Amino acid sequence: MSDLAMTERADAPPDTLDGLIKGTGDGYKYGFVTDIEADEAPPGLDEGTVRFISAKKGEPAWLLEWRLKAFHRWQRMAPPDWAKLNIAPIDYQASTYYSAPKANSGPKSLDEVDPELLKTYEKLGIPLGERAALAGVAVDAVFDSVSVATTYKDKLADLGIIFCSFGEAVREHPDLVRRYLGSVVPQGDNFFAALNSAVFSDGSFVYVPPGVRCPMELSTYFRINAAKSGQFERTLLIADKGAYVSYLEGCTAPQRDENQLHAAVVELVALEDAEIKYATVQNWYPGDENGKGGIYNFVTKRGACRGDRAKISWAQVETGSAITWKYPSCLLEGDGSVGAFYSVAITNNLQQADTGTKMIHIGRDTSSTIISKGISAGRGQNTYRGQVKVMPRAEGARNYTQCDSLLIGKKCGAHTVPYIEVRHPSAKVEHEATTSKISEDQMFYCQQRGLTQEDALSLIVNGFCKEVLKELPMEFAVEAQKLLAVSLEGSVG
Amino acid sequence: MTNLLEIRDLRARIVGGRDILKGIDLDVAPGEVHAIMGPNGAGKSTLSSVLAGKPGYEVTGGSILYQGRDLLALPADERAREGVFLAFQYPVEIPGVNNMYFLRAALNAGRRQRGVPELDAAQFLKAVRDKLKLLDISDDLLRRAVNVGFSGGEKKRNEIFQMAMLEPKLAILDETDSGLDIDALRVVSDGVNRLRDPNRAIVLITHYQRLLDYIVPDHVHVLSDGRIVASGDKTFAAELERTGYAHLGSAA
Ligand SMILES: Nc1ncnc2c1ncn2[C@@H]1O[C@H](COP(=O)(O)OP(=O)(O)OP(=O)(O)O)[C@@H](O)[C@H]1O
Ligand SMILES: [Mg+2]
Repeated sequence: MSDLAMTERADAPPDTLDGLIKGTGDGYKYGFVTDIEADEAPPGLDEGTVRFISAKKGEPAWLLEWRLKAFHRWQRMAPPDWAKLNIAPIDYQASTYYSAPKANSGPKSLDEVDPELLKTYEKLGIPLGERAALAGVAVDAVFDSVSVATTYKDKLADLGIIFCSFGEAVREHPDLVRRYLGSVVPQGDNFFAALNSAVFSDGSFVYVPPGVRCPMELSTYFRINAAKSGQFERTLLIADKGAYVSYLEGCTAPQRDENQLHAAVVELVALEDAEIKYATVQNWYPGDENGKGGIYNFVTKRGACRGDRAKISWAQVETGSAITWKYPSCLLEGDGSVGAFYSVAITNNLQQADTGTKMIHIGRDTSSTIISKGISAGRGQNTYRGQVKVMPRAEGARNYTQCDSLLIGKKCGAHTVPYIEVRHPSAKVEHEATTSKISEDQMFYCQQRGLTQEDALSLIVNGFCKEVLKELPMEFAVEAQKLLAVSLEGSVG
Repeated sequence: MTNLLEIRDLRARIVGGRDILKGIDLDVAPGEVHAIMGPNGAGKSTLSSVLAGKPGYEVTGGSILYQGRDLLALPADERAREGVFLAFQYPVEIPGVNNMYFLRAALNAGRRQRGVPELDAAQFLKAVRDKLKLLDISDDLLRRAVNVGFSGGEKKRNEIFQMAMLEPKLAILDETDSGLDIDALRVVSDGVNRLRDPNRAIVLITHYQRLLDYIVPDHVHVLSDGRIVASGDKTFAAELERTGYAHLGSAA
């Protein structure tokens, strides 16, 4: 009967529910502030700010020029207004665009990292010290505007894998950065991408050489700490021919009354036969139950399957942020390339999420899968917005989209906005959408078996999200399940 | 022997509706099996819902003592963890939640409440195997999501399996025999018989004498129009089969 044991493992990691119980009752756990001296740019944004950031990072002239070009573009652009989001006008001059812990001149050996920072990451559940480091997961820790530490670098370097902060990549691997930076998300792609291109601070860089299968999960842990500061990280990940890499990112921020801006850009490039799996557990501070504070999350994530048979999959669990505006997408350029998007987005209290994906089928026989699970509780508003586009050359393209919404309570909303554009007659595009409510009968059935109301809710919600959660790396799946429970706290009863 | 359950003059209604239970009296001692019969709409499922603490019902009078404690003061999940089990007339589907996982969560919730160590995956699997053997049922339903796509009979079988795993002190089976074919009826009733125990009481709600041929009750009651209008021993059910409920009236 070992198959029974297998099934149980596959369906839900053991002990998760115990975790759920302990996880509940304490609200947002990551709201603390680290007291550390910071080197900051004065608030506001002009050409001088861009030059300041570039100089702080000791960047080459080409990159400064690139930034300035983006800045001038941004000045002529307007924020997008097509999303179903209610956002008070944002004063871009009130934010701080650069904040770094003092005396940090880029990542260095771990024993030189400020112990206060190590403690912070420990508290967040991300030990960075080599001995304590998470087994099988290499971590790049980004604190406000800079990367403070990267684990397992040497081990990865033995395989020719580059995993470092973006700043270091600019210094050490300028050719790669120059070749791919902006190649998937052009500077002028949208307002927030242009802003990021002008003021991006740090982020992670990954390059996996041809034929190499990265033996461990690579991950970046983003932490916003400073008040009034925005975070504008930039991640660039390249899997060369036949390479494989699985990457995950986590994010948290202190609990503050004012809104903070986060505008990241992630670019993925998968060459022939390469595969990239990219997972996110986004838990930025969501604001309080009255909608005060919280992160404004405007993110542009896109991957290009540049070679034949390349594969890119996005998996995201979006539980945090006051506002989420995010559409991780795939450009399926190579013949036979494959794109996937698996998403769970929760909005509770006054949170708003407008999230989805774009699958652009350019090559022949390309295929894509979209599974989106939106959960709305409290007065949360949750919109799935997705585009499937089949270009004239994409003979035999296939897409399957499944879009499910779950409502908890009566004051929340769920919306589905699919755009489908097919320009080749052989394409097969399927779209299914459902909306359901957690029924009282389901809750009572669980409670009658002894589960508390919270456990019953998280069990039902986890069941609803199962198809997505199983796409996350094991270590993260457990975290994600706990997070779902915490995010829905106070939404029933 | 002190009673496990003492129901006194229990009156209840759907919130905002008319009274459905109009003064129920019932004593159940550990080890006993009680059958409750009666016409459609009499209030049998309502009684089981009120015992289990289902939301949406309002108790307007009377009391329920369970193990000497005021059962009505406990929330539904706590009643369950204290050993009250309801086999549902219509078991609920929970998509995406593995049956085994659900059961283990439920089992460990009860164990935590009783202060006994939780079962790890291996111990749990062993318990599952033991109960499957005891009940002589196959494991094919365990890999699937809770009740999703189960046939009517499979749902009932799953309820009995859950009962076997959770080892309740008071099990209320609401029409667990309805919709079962002869073979399934035998599996379910054999299962219940194997779960008879001096420390466990069973309340069977049924419309059919046939079930009581398999599970022989200690007491048989007729619930009609919100009251228990007649009670008897195991032979009473056969008598009812011949005479029907009508002559019993609904006056207490
Ligand atoms: N949710 C509800 N809303 C309104 N009336 C209800 C509700 N549930 C039950 N009732 C009514 O309460 C009365 C008792 O119903 P109950 O389900 O307890 O009967 P029962 O004895 O179990 O019947 P059956 O043998 O058909 O299962 C019926 O008149 C029924 O219509
Ligand atoms: Mg009934």
